Amino acid sequence: MATKKIYLYPVWVRLWHMINALMILLLILTGISMRYSTPENPLIRFDIAVGIHNVAAFIVTFNYGIFVIGNILTRNGRYYRKWRKNLATNLWKQFVFYAVGIFRKEPHPFPINEEQKFNPLQKFSYVIVMYLCMPLLILSGLGLMFPDLIAYKVFNISGLVFYDVVHIILGFVISLFVLIHIYTCTLGDKPGTLFKSMINGYHEEHE
Amino acid sequence: MIAGILLAACIMTFAQIPEADTSRIKSSYYEVNDFVEENENCLKCHGEVKYALEDTLFGRVLTQYMCPADILDRDAFYTGVHRAFSCTDCHSYDYETFPHPLEARLEEMYTCLDCHGYDENFAHYNFEVIQEEFEASIHNIDEFSCWKCHDPHSYRAFIRNSQDIEEAVRYDNNMCLNCHSNFDRFMLLTDREEINLVESHDWLPNQVSHFSSVRCIECHTEINDTILVAHKILPREEAVKKCTECHSRNSRLMQTLYKFEVKEGRKGGFVNGVILNDAYVIGANQNDFLNWISLLVFGLTLVVILFHTVLRIRNNKN
Ligand code: HEC
Ligand code: HEC
Ligand code: HEC
Ligand code: HEC
Ligand code: HEC
Ligand code: HEC
Ligand code: HEC
Ligand code: HEM
Repeated sequence: MATKKIYLYPVWVRLWHMINALMILLLILTGISMRYSTPENPLIRFDIAVGIHNVAAFIVTFNYGIFVIGNILTRNGRYYRKWRKNLATNLWKQFVFYAVGIFRKEPHPFPINEEQKFNPLQKFSYVIVMYLCMPLLILSGLGLMFPDLIAYKVFNISGLVFYDVVHIILGFVISLFVLIHIYTCTLGDKPGTLFKSMINGYHEEHE
Repeated sequence: MIAGILLAACIMTFAQIPEADTSRIKSSYYEVNDFVEENENCLKCHGEVKYALEDTLFGRVLTQYMCPADILDRDAFYTGVHRAFSCTDCHSYDYETFPHPLEARLEEMYTCLDCHGYDENFAHYNFEVIQEEFEASIHNIDEFSCWKCHDPHSYRAFIRNSQDIEEAVRYDNNMCLNCHSNFDRFMLLTDREEINLVESHDWLPNQVSHFSSVRCIECHTEINDTILVAHKILPREEAVKKCTECHSRNSRLMQTLYKFEVKEGRKGGFVNGVILNDAYVIGANQNDFLNWISLLVFGLTLVVILFHTVLRIRNNKN
């Protein structure tokens, strides 16, 4: 069986992704620790957790800037901008494939090529996460870090409370995304295939 | 003897203190105090930045600065807890003459307990326990007294009557900062070097934010359940330094800063819901409902993933 190789993940995307993944994992870990630890059982000592969370947040924010600018300047951006027709039907098709088709060894409904490297579900979730959740997460985080910059009262509750609730909900959404994301990344040809692509840049597929 | 009387008479006739300027009196003062005009006999000097002495024989007027430490604010006096008092309820009548005689100055002042101790009208304040705590505190040094924190001419029972925690925090912290950011007052009581608060708290991030949302006494006192405001200021080494003392589910703030409100109960399912009205303390505010929902969603996702994995493995074997 011959294998098809396409170069889909340029170096900058891989580097961005590596830093992003590591930092987000750190943020999730320290975030959970700050929220749920007790004096007797600190997951991570509170002040250390705050320190790590702040530094990682800075890196992620800077890195996010690189992601946005990179996708404006390079051709990688087209994977996020160009949509196939009939989004809802496509999402459903892809979902049915994951739920049923994959066990019947049916072919992928949206084979990967140079123009479309994401299937509709992937694309949809990446766009929502990267262009909706991340900006809000970063903004609410900045609000908490520099409380003097933010509105003192939002919707008649303390500004900090508002930003904190937004921050925590989005943190939860992203954590959930990461869980699902990592799992769906095992759904390639072999469980390790997609991870390998994210390291060497080449998407591999049996013809 | 006769010469003495004559001399005194001369001074009485030739030198006098100008009459009080009643324009400083506001009508609201009369509502809380029966000695307003009498008090003006002191406040014409002690309520102004300058005072005058007049020589009636030659008409010469001598105007002098009032020492800033001896100036008091009328509005503050008539809104403080002792707003109904006349000056001479606490101060010796000897102060009615000027220059004030030495006996008056050296007279021992009343302590809070002299009036409030073992009085059932004030039992809910529990002055006796506060006294004990003060005696055990690091401030129990020569010439220190309750009055040093509780300004006799302006103190208000603030936190007990306040809806706005942030304002109460500011009020209470200013009581400490009076000395701890004013070396002139500090060095009157001790030979210690000046303490730089910013430096001694440099381990605490977001200092501005912390100092405006928690009181000094949150960290510097031992919790005491029988009084509203803990008074036993501990030595530096025993101050709270661990963040999770506040940033956790059983935050000590519930037993200190928010004590009065806590009694009124939890609101809206948020653990430590009272804090939420005024500040968001990471770790201390948690919503049980949201906690369960998020756990449930996470759990369900994991179950689906597990199920999917098992199906995939079985499918591969076939
Ligand atoms: C003519 C102005 C004048 C009048 C009237 C006056 N004082 Fe004074 N008082 C002063 C000045 C000036 C000082 C500070 C200088 C000093 O200590 O002599 C002072 C100091 C004091 C002090 C501080 C004493 C110390 O040892 O630090 C007290 C207490 C005091 N006055 C109380 C009163 C009371 C009570 C009245 C009214 C019954 C009163 N004074 C009326 C001018 C006045
Ligand atoms: C509830 C009792 C009380 C009343 C009422 C009171 N004082 Fe005092 N006053 C004190 C005490 C106690 C001190 C000493 C404070 C200390 O040790 O720091 C003092 C100190 C002073 C001082 C010295 C400066 C200072 O603030 O330490 C002046 C001046 C003074 N009083 C003036 C007045 C005048 C004028 C009035 C009336 C408008 C008045 N006081 C009413 C208790 C009182
Ligand atoms: C000379 C007697 C006297 C001294 C000394 C005194 N008080 Fe008072 N205090 C009173 C009286 C009388 C009242 C009630 C005033 C009123 O109801 O108008 C009062 C009221 C209060 C109140 C308000 C009580 C309430 O429920 O409204 C507080 C708080 C208080 N004092 C604290 C103190 C503290 C703290 C000290 C010492 C730093 C002190 N007092 C010293 C006589 C005194
Ligand atoms: C180191 C400063 C300090 C000293 C010394 C001090 N207090 Fe206080 N006290 C405070 C602060 C701060 C508060 C809170 C004020 C507020 O917002 O009501 C307070 C509040 C109080 C209250 C009101 C509590 C309530 O239940 O509302 C009383 C009564 C009181 N103090 C009595 C005393 C007595 C009596 C002494 C002396 C034995 C004393 N204090 C010494 C700082 C001090
Ligand atoms: C009237 C002035 C004055 C006020 C008001 C005051 N302090 Fe102090 N404080 C002092 C002095 C003086 C010392 C040094 C005592 C000594 O000589 O050891 C001190 C020492 C301390 C220390 C250091 C103890 C150590 O171990 O070195 C702490 C902590 C402290 N104060 C906290 C507070 C707090 C909290 C408040 C307000 C509730 C307060 N102080 C209000 C004068 C004041
Ligand atoms: C979050 C807890 C916290 C708060 C709030 C806080 N402190 Fe402290 N403070 C500490 C700790 C802990 C130390 C001991 C630091 C050390 O030994 O390194 C300390 C030290 C001090 C000292 C002694 C410094 C020295 O070098 O001797 C003083 C005085 C003091 N604090 C006063 C205050 C005053 C006044 C406020 C309110 C404006 C305040 N603190 C608020 C925790 C706190
Ligand atoms: C005495 C209780 C207390 C202690 C101890 C304490 N904090 Fe806080 N902290 C608070 C409160 C209350 C707030 C909420 C501030 C607000 O609403 O502005 C807060 C807010 C914060 C914030 C958010 C700041 C912001 O402006 O949003 C951070 C970060 C933080 N604390 C870190 C720490 C660290 C790290 C420590 C230990 C070194 C610590 N805290 C110790 C009470 C405390
Ligand atoms: C340790 C955790 C993570 C692992 C193992 C992982 C793995 C992968 C893999 C294998 C791919 C390539 C397959 C594909 O294109 O779908 C990928 C792509 C991607 N991942 Fe992740 N990821 C992780 C965390 C994250 C996080 C936290 C985010 C964002 C918040 C994220 C966002 C993305 C995006 C946007 C892409 C597409 C990038 C592109 O090609 O333009 N990943 N990830």
